[in-house]
Amino acid sequence: MNAIPMSVTVNGEAHALTVPPHETLIECLRDRLGLLGVKKSCDVQVCGACTVLVDDRPVSACTVLAFEARGKHVRTIEGLAHGDDLHPVQEAFVEHGALQCGFCTPGMIMATVALLAENPSPTADEVKHYMRGNICRCTGYKRIVEAILAASERLATGPRTTDGG
Amino acid sequence: MLRPFELCEPASVAEASELLLRHGEAARIYAGGTELILAMKEGLIHYDYLVNVKTVPGLAGVRLDADGSLRIGAATPHRVLERDPSVSERFPAIARMEADVANVRVREVGTLGGNLCFAEPHADPGALLQVFDATVRLERKGGARTIPLERLFVGPFETCLEGDELLTEIVVPPLAPRSAAVYLKFGFLERPSVGVGVAVTLADGHVADARIAVGSVGPVPRRMRDAEARLQDRPVADSEAALAEAGRIAARASDAITDLHGSAEYKEHLVGVLLRRAFQAALAAVAGSERR
Repeated sequence: MNAIPMSVTVNGEAHALTVPPHETLIECLRDRLGLLGVKKSCDVQVCGACTVLVDDRPVSACTVLAFEARGKHVRTIEGLAHGDDLHPVQEAFVEHGALQCGFCTPGMIMATVALLAENPSPTADEVKHYMRGNICRCTGYKRIVEAILAASERLATGPRTTDGG
Repeated sequence: MLRPFELCEPASVAEASELLLRHGEAARIYAGGTELILAMKEGLIHYDYLVNVKTVPGLAGVRLDADGSLRIGAATPHRVLERDPSVSERFPAIARMEADVANVRVREVGTLGGNLCFAEPHADPGALLQVFDATVRLERKGGARTIPLERLFVGPFETCLEGDELLTEIVVPPLAPRSAAVYLKFGFLERPSVGVGVAVTLADGHVADARIAVGSVGPVPRRMRDAEARLQDRPVADSEAALAEAGRIAARASDAITDLHGSAEYKEHLVGVLLRRAFQAALAAVAGSERR
């Protein structure tokens, strides 16, 4: 088994790590770096709870290998807020009550950040298509879609926080 | 949990081929990993060596040839094909099919070549690409061959690739003028239960060429030539009855398997329904493009 040295930036912080090839990204983020907002649920890339961004692209941390993040920027739910100052997507989820148990929420929010970076003003249908791979077993999706559309408007009219996502 | 393995990162196709030759059954090509790593995590398969082909220069990317063919590097992620302007303009059916593969995270990471080589029967690209008469380039150290895509698939999870061969490129020729392709699928799980690809070429009110491929239903995606023959040379206005018969023939020929995705009978029914809808949508697409 070969160990792979890698430098990776996680939520803006540079790390020099050595990982075995079979280490998954979720193991690296949770067990090495303590980022417990990355949730493992289905473990087969279907549910989206473990969604994180690698160079702004959404991936399933449960199945992507950690070494694939070498030289890249990884962003997790922990990297969105500035202290108590929430990211506009987080604010919209709170204001619209777009969560119940909250387990799917970090993945929902990271997928939303990726969607809005790519398509700042999606239609409701575009939101549903993009978010099809993020599963919530509590609330249904109505409030989630509403929150995403509200976040899109909020980002378009100027974010309240210093970080526009 | 994944069992430990060694990662090999070749700098060329020849080097990758040599690694496959050296390690034999203990090695497997690794591209996006969206299928392979899942199966390895489940403990269904194990390899001591994964050969990462994403480090091989030139294996990813999309370009249009002078003759209008689309040349897709095997390590090109689905998401690139979904969003590439040359694909959506010249091969809209492929862009649309790609936009509905699994979910966005799988499409960001998973590659077209990996999808084809894994030969999971419940997949979309293998069926649609066959109605374009797509070919695949297989390379090994010191040699290369190009074969029709339909010959790549041997059985579930089985291709005709030799032990030291790699799929390097998928070539999709353009359809003739007055043609359109459509892919329709149905499923209630992440993977499709049934997928039907159709390409139609019209001339003088007749079906000059009809191509049909069915995927996910049987062990491999395949062309349905007997069903195609029922539609060939028919007047468009008179295609309805032939379409029903083509649907029945394709359903019988699809080798439908009862599994988690539905009973064989159910899938056979869906083949007929999707074939009719796809054919009609393709006719409408040709008419639409001529009105523009």
